[in-house]
Amino acid sequence: GMDFFALLANGGPTGESPSIFDSASPAADSIGNLSILVLAVAGLIFLVVEGILFYCVFRFRRRGQDAAEPPQVYGSKSIEIAWTAAPALIVFFLMLVITRTLWEVEVDPPSPQAGDQTLFVTVVGRQWWWEYRYEYYDGRKLGLVTANELHIPASAEDAARRTYLRLESADVCHSFWVPRLAGKTDLIPGQTNQMWLEARGPGVYVGQCAEYCGTQHAGMLLRVIAEEPADFERWLEHEAQPAADLPSARSARDAFLAQSCVNCHRVRGTPAQGGYAPELTHLMARKTLASGLLENNRENLDRWVGDPQSIKPGCLMPDFKLSDADRQRIVEYLLTLE
Amino acid sequence: MSEESIPPTRSAHALRQRTDEGPPPIPPAISPEQTLGAAQWGMLAFLLSEVAFFSTLIVAYLSFLGKDKIGPTPSEALSLSLVIVTTACLLASSVTVHLATHALASGRQRQFCLWWLATIVLGVAFLAGTGYEWRELIERHHLTISRNLFGTTYYTLVGFHGLHVTLGVIAMLVVLALAARRAVSGQNALAAQLTGWYWHFVDGVWIVVFTVVYVAGR
Amino acid sequence: MAVAEQNLPLETENPPWTERLREWVTTVDHKQIGILYVVMSVVFLVIGGCEALLMRWQLLSPRNDFLPPDFFNQLFTMHGTTMVFFVGMPILIGIGNYLVPLMIGARDMAFPRLNALGFWATLFGGCLTYFSFATGGAPAVGWFAYAPLTERTFARGPATDFWALGLIVSGVGTISAAVNFVATILGMRAPGMTLRKMPFFVWTMLWTSVQMLLAVPPLTAALVMLLFDRQFEAHFFDTANGGSAILWQHLFWFFGHPEVYILILPVFGMVSEVIPVFSRKVLFGYEFMAAATMAIAFISMGVWAHHMFCIGMSRTLDLYFAAASLLVSIPTGIKFFNWLATMYGGRLRFDSPMLFAFGFLSMFLIGGLTGIMLAAAPFDFQLSDSYFVVGHFHWVLIGGTLFGTFAGVHYWYPKATGRRLSERLARWQFWLLYIGFILTFGPMHVSGMLGMPRRIFTYEPDRGWDLWNQLATLGAFVQAPSFAIFAYNLWSSLRRGELAGDDPWDAWTLEWTTTSPPPAYNFAELPTVRSRRPLWDAKHPDDPDWKYE
Ligand code: HEA
Ligand code: HEA
Ligand code: HEC
Ligand code: CUA
Ligand SMILES: [Cu+2]
Repeated sequence: GMDFFALLANGGPTGESPSIFDSASPAADSIGNLSILVLAVAGLIFLVVEGILFYCVFRFRRRGQDAAEPPQVYGSKSIEIAWTAAPALIVFFLMLVITRTLWEVEVDPPSPQAGDQTLFVTVVGRQWWWEYRYEYYDGRKLGLVTANELHIPASAEDAARRTYLRLESADVCHSFWVPRLAGKTDLIPGQTNQMWLEARGPGVYVGQCAEYCGTQHAGMLLRVIAEEPADFERWLEHEAQPAADLPSARSARDAFLAQSCVNCHRVRGTPAQGGYAPELTHLMARKTLASGLLENNRENLDRWVGDPQSIKPGCLMPDFKLSDADRQRIVEYLLTLE
Repeated sequence: MSEESIPPTRSAHALRQRTDEGPPPIPPAISPEQTLGAAQWGMLAFLLSEVAFFSTLIVAYLSFLGKDKIGPTPSEALSLSLVIVTTACLLASSVTVHLATHALASGRQRQFCLWWLATIVLGVAFLAGTGYEWRELIERHHLTISRNLFGTTYYTLVGFHGLHVTLGVIAMLVVLALAARRAVSGQNALAAQLTGWYWHFVDGVWIVVFTVVYVAGR
Repeated sequence: MAVAEQNLPLETENPPWTERLREWVTTVDHKQIGILYVVMSVVFLVIGGCEALLMRWQLLSPRNDFLPPDFFNQLFTMHGTTMVFFVGMPILIGIGNYLVPLMIGARDMAFPRLNALGFWATLFGGCLTYFSFATGGAPAVGWFAYAPLTERTFARGPATDFWALGLIVSGVGTISAAVNFVATILGMRAPGMTLRKMPFFVWTMLWTSVQMLLAVPPLTAALVMLLFDRQFEAHFFDTANGGSAILWQHLFWFFGHPEVYILILPVFGMVSEVIPVFSRKVLFGYEFMAAATMAIAFISMGVWAHHMFCIGMSRTLDLYFAAASLLVSIPTGIKFFNWLATMYGGRLRFDSPMLFAFGFLSMFLIGGLTGIMLAAAPFDFQLSDSYFVVGHFHWVLIGGTLFGTFAGVHYWYPKATGRRLSERLARWQFWLLYIGFILTFGPMHVSGMLGMPRRIFTYEPDRGWDLWNQLATLGAFVQAPSFAIFAYNLWSSLRRGELAGDDPWDAWTLEWTTTSPPPAYNFAELPTVRSRRPLWDAKHPDDPDWKYE
């Protein structure tokens, strides 16, 4: 026999699922424990009530032509009280556990302090990608902006490294959901929400936008990359640099700057200062394109710049019908944005 | 229920098998229930749904109160003096409609028509006041529905109330026309009575709107 | 056969079809209006079901490109809207329309013309909503249409306006129906039928109507605000200019949660009629059942934000809404246990109505329990907006509402037409639905817990969701013939069904005392009532119910 929870935890036969039971953080643990408890209570109620139902069905099924009416029983106050009280007790018990879990998973963010090994990021949901503004780490002010791949420091046995997210939206409602790390919280225009993450170990944790937000809601994937603190520090340092400016790529760069790309995208250190679309300064440091839909490599970049609409139909980057030469030079340039 | 529509009994009725073999038990007499009539229940049900509707508009009004970044604000735009007069009209009309239905119930046709007409006049006066107020708001304060949150919520709330007053006035005109043809009497006073209920309700809503918009929210 | 042929008014005279059409279009008879509602709902059920089949085909495999994203988004919006507003509500209102006057011994509803208006408004609302397809695409905002995605900035084109207008118009229909039910039930009961002696179905229609009166107008108001935003540049939900996304959510769910009980309370009523008759026992604990109905109606007005646990409410509010939602399980449990107690010690007959009632009991329980999981707020932080929710609500809507409604339709069809539905087809319908339904919606609970969000037109291959989606699609195609069989059975039994007679099930409520179908005036002579089971009293004059109530 197959263990149901084992199946749930490792994602079934065809792949690696972001299962809510395969938790990798204290918050997801708490919820996981609550879940199993509630499932067990529900399972028990199910067995008892369904059991009685099936008992009735088989035991009291009319056999043959028994014409007589059975005894008529109109009700019983004491029985009614009993089966009002029993569920009431169960509900009371559930409320206690729910309260405890609620206070475990919903915590107010602290303020940044030197040496706290805590990361603060503002997440801006956008149709249909994620903007990350790194505010503080370990008490240091950061102020760098990146997109689509959220890097966080991983915890260790002896050191909890938490990430606090401020959630905002630039357009419609979205929801941040990485099941192995935490429950979801919505990003709502006109309001700032809070949530926190913590990853027990390094790794890539996937998820996706969980509030319907228009055409490409399905294409708004989430990747959280938890790294050893040293790697994370290195990544931070690299991201803080302006874009690479290779002499060999000057003409490719000019081809890029000559296009309308600059109106929407930002490449720090160049005149491209658009704030509407994903920051491209360190594009090549990302593993994926188009918020997780494509592997980030030359071939896919070429396809994306050539016609984003065929890859992510409805997305807010138009098809520019670039000439082959322009496209190749632009891709050449993008490839230098390490 | 005719006898032959009843199929033969197939019951042993075990739990309460009759032991005495006397004649079947005699059912108790039925006492008539004294409640409202169907039309009255219907009107109450309708008014309940109206309460839910206006509550929603009021909640929306309150939830945006004071959240505006651009003016005009309620205290800048709304003038109390006019609205106190229109409110007085509406309150008075609740009295007159009561007197009218009362007169009708006791068969005083002429008095009914007079009070009924007075109610209509007061209702129209209220509407005229509102019309004037809106013109001032639009022309002097440049407050439109798209101007700011106050404009959005104010016109929606006060507008829907005004629409209800208008519908009430039309309903009362219909009754008045019927009365003029001597088709309204003490016996069929129901329609007039229900219109009266509706009118009281519209007044009641105004008291809440007035309190929320012109007193508390200003 | 020849003898019984006489009391079949549906067939005896055969006027030209134009005449019959005119009669149906202009009718103000509650029975005909009831039938119109049901027919309309079945038509929309097939439409909404076909939309679902298209979605399931798209979701059969990862990165499938059978449907473009926007079309998929239109499909789930229209599927959800259709099923809730143009299938669920009208079929229950229609059945209520047919039965309430018959059950309380009245000749019609209180306001027959308002009744007709209600039906035509509902139908017109449905047509308006579907008309958006002709304007270049249906709305793609989801059935709860969260702001500000519905604002003109994000939803250009007139589709969303048609959607809002359609729901406002059909909402007027719903309010008319509710007003009519309240007036009829409170003002027109037969002599002797006190509130405590009403058939249980009538109780549930009364409270359903109260819920409609309280919950539908807030939706209407919210839709009006949305239209003002879209047409007159008002700012209710225009977050770019200070409007509020959360206000819409509160208003919608203040309607939306009671709405789901509007979709289940009449069903509770129907199975409360069916289970006693097919168990040959009186309904156990009538007063407690009535009180539980009332409790559900009241509590459910205060639980709406359990649909909004993830919007960042305070812990206190989370706690309150979790507690209130869990509380609903207590009165629902009371109902459940009373049904079981009614069956206990009975002589159960599993004709098709009881078969569907059994389907209801065995499945609604599961849907209720997954509801409990969602109501456990922190658990919902994971489950909300995942396929688990889709699993939950189909389980209650199909396992609960549809199974119970089918029980009712199979039970009362003989009354309405004079003929029985084919029992053989009914069994096919039941088992295909039972198996197909479990196969479709069971796996959704799993894919939801594996992290699959709802409303995605496609998904990545490496997430382990393939198998569960394949099973769901398979299940959908197992269910589909069940609905076709049902529609065919309704149609063909009109002519070929076995003659039913006045009281085919040996039942106890007033509607079975008149002919099948009943005459336009329902009762030649208005009945007098002394107990909850007037026909039991008539059948057992030596030992009537009124001695015990
Ligand atoms: C027929 C319609 C119907 C019914 C009856 C219910 C019944 C319930 N529902 Fe469900 N629900 C929907 C239709 C329905 N729901 C729909 C359509 C949605 C989604 C809308 C959308 O997002 O598109 C939804 C979504 C939904 C959510 C939001 C999920 C999310 O989006 O995040 C929640 C959360 O609390 C919830 C809870 C409940 C609860 C607690 C009940 C309870 O009433 C259940 C009570 C019943 C039982 C518990 C079983 C019987 C009881 C016993 C045997 C007694 C013993 C039991 C205990 C002590 C536990 N429902
Ligand atoms: C009563 C309500 C109801 C009913 C009955 C159904 C029935 C079905 N639903 Fe429903 N569904 C909802 C209410 C309902 N749904 C709601 C409210 C939503 C949320 C929408 C939103 O997110 O906005 C939803 C969303 C929803 C989704 C999620 C979409 C998404 O999030 O991306 C899916 C996915 O599989 C789905 C599938 C199905 C299926 C397969 C059926 C099947 O049971 C359908 C079976 C019926 C048929 C297959 C028709 C058969 C007819 C024929 C074969 C023709 C024969 C005709 C003649 C002979 C005349 N539904
Ligand atoms: C109208 C605004 C706009 C213009 C002009 C524009 N883009 Fe984009 N671009 C976007 C948006 C929006 C996205 C995010 C799409 C998504 O994932 O939904 C994007 C995404 C990208 C990405 C993928 C980034 C990532 O991390 O996923 C690349 C690379 C890119 N654009 C390159 C270009 C180039 C090169 C040009 C000029 C030829 C260009 N863009 C012009 C709006 C624009
Ligand atoms: Cu963003 Cu869905
Ligand atoms: Cu709910």
